[in-house]
Amino acid sequence: MAGRFGPYGGRYVPETLVAALDDLTELYDAVRADAGFWAEYHALLRDVVGRPSALSTAPRLGELIGTQVLLKREDLNHTGAHKINNAIGQALLARRMGKRRIIAETGAGQHGVATATVCARFGLECVVYMGEVDVARQALNVYRMQLLGATVVPVSSGTRTLKDATNEALRDWVTNVPTTHYIIGSVVGPDPFPRMVRDFQSVIGIEARAQVLERGGRLPDTVVACVGGGSNAIGIFAGFLGDHDVELVGVEAAGKGIASGHHSATLSAGRPGVLHGSLSYLLQDADGQVLPAHSVSAGLDYPGVGPEHSWLRDERRVTYAAVDDQDALAAFQLMARLEGIIPALVTAHAIAWMTRSRGRWNADQTVLLCLSGRGDKDVAHVAVQLQEPS
Amino acid sequence: MGSSLATISSESALAAVWDALRERRRAGLVPYLTAGFPTPGDSLAALQAADEHADVLEVGVPFSDPLADGPTIQESTFRALANGTTLASTLDLIVRAQLDSPVVLFTYLNPVLQYGIPRLLRDAAHAGVAGLLLTDLPAGADPGIEGLVQASPLDLIRLVAPTTGEERLARSVAGAQGFVYLIARLGVTGASSTLAQDLAGSIARVRAATRLPIAVGFGVSTPEQAREVARHADGVVIGSALVDVLGRQGVAASARFLASVRAALDAP
Repeated sequence: MAGRFGPYGGRYVPETLVAALDDLTELYDAVRADAGFWAEYHALLRDVVGRPSALSTAPRLGELIGTQVLLKREDLNHTGAHKINNAIGQALLARRMGKRRIIAETGAGQHGVATATVCARFGLECVVYMGEVDVARQALNVYRMQLLGATVVPVSSGTRTLKDATNEALRDWVTNVPTTHYIIGSVVGPDPFPRMVRDFQSVIGIEARAQVLERGGRLPDTVVACVGGGSNAIGIFAGFLGDHDVELVGVEAAGKGIASGHHSATLSAGRPGVLHGSLSYLLQDADGQVLPAHSVSAGLDYPGVGPEHSWLRDERRVTYAAVDDQDALAAFQLMARLEGIIPALVTAHAIAWMTRSRGRWNADQTVLLCLSGRGDKDVAHVAVQLQEPS
Repeated sequence: MGSSLATISSESALAAVWDALRERRRAGLVPYLTAGFPTPGDSLAALQAADEHADVLEVGVPFSDPLADGPTIQESTFRALANGTTLASTLDLIVRAQLDSPVVLFTYLNPVLQYGIPRLLRDAAHAGVAGLLLTDLPAGADPGIEGLVQASPLDLIRLVAPTTGEERLARSVAGAQGFVYLIARLGVTGASSTLAQDLAGSIARVRAATRLPIAVGFGVSTPEQAREVARHADGVVIGSALVDVLGRQGVAASARFLASVRAALDAP
């Protein structure tokens, strides 16, 4: 079926939104074959984002792990993460639809900042929904969005995190759909969002593949990325899905440990269900109520995951692992000391998996990490975490 | 009741109610209540009280992420979940309430999916449920599930929105059963001080596409608004306004509120 990844995906939304999704799908399907659209998109990625992003070596991390490590530096993008690749693409679509009001949900705030930035650049109105818990632990990004001219709406319902911010954004969209485009920040939501966001993020993997080949003349042995909703992972994996000898690994947040029940390891511990418009793996109880997700990192604490990841898991094309809060915090510090890079706390989960997997590769092999974002915004939060006895 | 003589045994309980209403030239009152709100005991009493005034009852099965609902029904949902309400306990509540009005289960897909679609259709039919309305299963979203409901004793109730285009409207109502639920305005559920502009036009548009009865909901809050809606529609859904009264003033007040709506609908 259209808009499905195997059985996953679909369009489970209130009737009011179906017409807007039909319009968006029609436009996007037309635009996919429109060279002019992609030329404009790539020109903006150069001009606004500073793409292509660098491919860096990580010699001291590599020495620790016992292999070659390469970093795809999405942290060096304008706004400090991969999120802006998608925000620019969708803002271009909104402009083509004549919609001048943009809404977005945000967890850690990176997608909100990226969307606010693009709206400022394009002169669009911007409203960002953010859970109250995240507003408190990501104060810097809240202020950054406000500086960029966006209205940040704190969401006080439910778990007061990304899940509920997404509910509230969807409620806004149902109410204002004729004038408003909803820039979903990850490869989640109803069709066409998961494939559209994937396409906009695939620039990461397409660039990285060419850069790795140029540097060493051969493909990496393993590609690693963190997975919350899963957009940076899908973006880098997209460059390598056809390379069957390349191992792909997605790393979720195990929070306080999967056995504790306080985690966000949807693909490791969830089962298929419907949330936010699509069928995918989901953290839920026996009655189908969605369970609160936990992670030390705002942005990974989402109880769902993109439907394409669910399919890649079932097909065993991608291996999914989980890393807990303590190991992620340790990797955050390790990366700073070894490489002089403060990674986003989300990305630190993928780094922790690499250090945990030391011995898996020999010195001649190459591991490519999607360094999805910079960690400046996480520094104050991490400082508090490291002082608290756990 | 001339037309009801022609009613064949397989006709649904909902069809029989709407036929009888048409016969009597009376507008149908469709109250919505969230199962398990405000407490399991008061929920039972509120359903029984509403049954006195209702033609069809919508019973909401709480879901953790009610993204089609406004603040009032969200809050009732979270209270109901905190009270331990489940799909199974909702069916039990419906059985115990011994309601005269046919019941439509109103919920989201995931609780139903996890319960199991065939199992739900069987258990709900045993509990006397007449219809199923899933707010996040628009027409065509999942033909497999839709087909199972359509082939079951339960009617598949479909929602139609102001944004539903002509072509889609025709396809959607073609597979609808029981009645068509017309969303009066853009947005989530919730009381509103004014009715949508050109509601009469919206109803006429749906009327041209189907012979099924049309119930209108979202934002109908007062007896006066209900009466205005009933000039054009076959039925009026009262949800958030009722849940609000029940939550703040209790079962007796909710019954008085519905009685006032009923009186407005029945006034000559």
